[in-house]
Amino acid sequence: MEGGFGLDSGGSGGGKLDPGFIMEQRMTDKCFRKCIGKPGGSLDNSEQKCIATCMDRYMDAWNTVSRACNSRLQRERANNT
Amino acid sequence: MDSSSLSSAPGLGTVDPQLQHFIEVETQKQRFQQLVHQMTELCWEKCMDKPGPKLDSRAEACFVNCVERFIDTSQFILNRLEQTQKSKPVFSESLSD
Repeated sequence: MEGGFGLDSGGSGGGKLDPGFIMEQRMTDKCFRKCIGKPGGSLDNSEQKCIATCMDRYMDAWNTVSRACNSRLQRERANNT
Repeated sequence: MDSSSLSSAPGLGTVDPQLQHFIEVETQKQRFQQLVHQMTELCWEKCMDKPGPKLDSRAEACFVNCVERFIDTSQFILNRLEQTQKSKPVFSESLSD
């Protein structure tokens, strides 16, 4: 995927709007904060493991939020008709 | 967003209603996705300590509550702003007091 490091890939705006890109950007931000303490010379094994776990949990969270959001919006629509 | 303006835009003729509907649906989907991204980010800060092997039930409940309260907050703000504007039609500095 282009712009894989979250760097400004310039060019078509479609790249930035690509949902995968946004997801990746946020995962990188959140998981860096959770998993990297004092930055060393490379990502060690525990950090890599943490990041992988973090990514999975972030996806779980995203799905949970998406479902909750959906239910709420449907409820709002039902209440407003 | 007034989507009906699409079909009555001068010089544009009539936009195919199917296309218009498609655009509306896709726009909605994108807005929904943006919202989910925003909420996931916010709620992650509030609900997630240490990412574990799976999302435990407490964290999951927190995420659900977080979504609901976020939307409640948004509605509360909208309503209050509406009320404030009614009694003070000019957008004044008193809102920041």
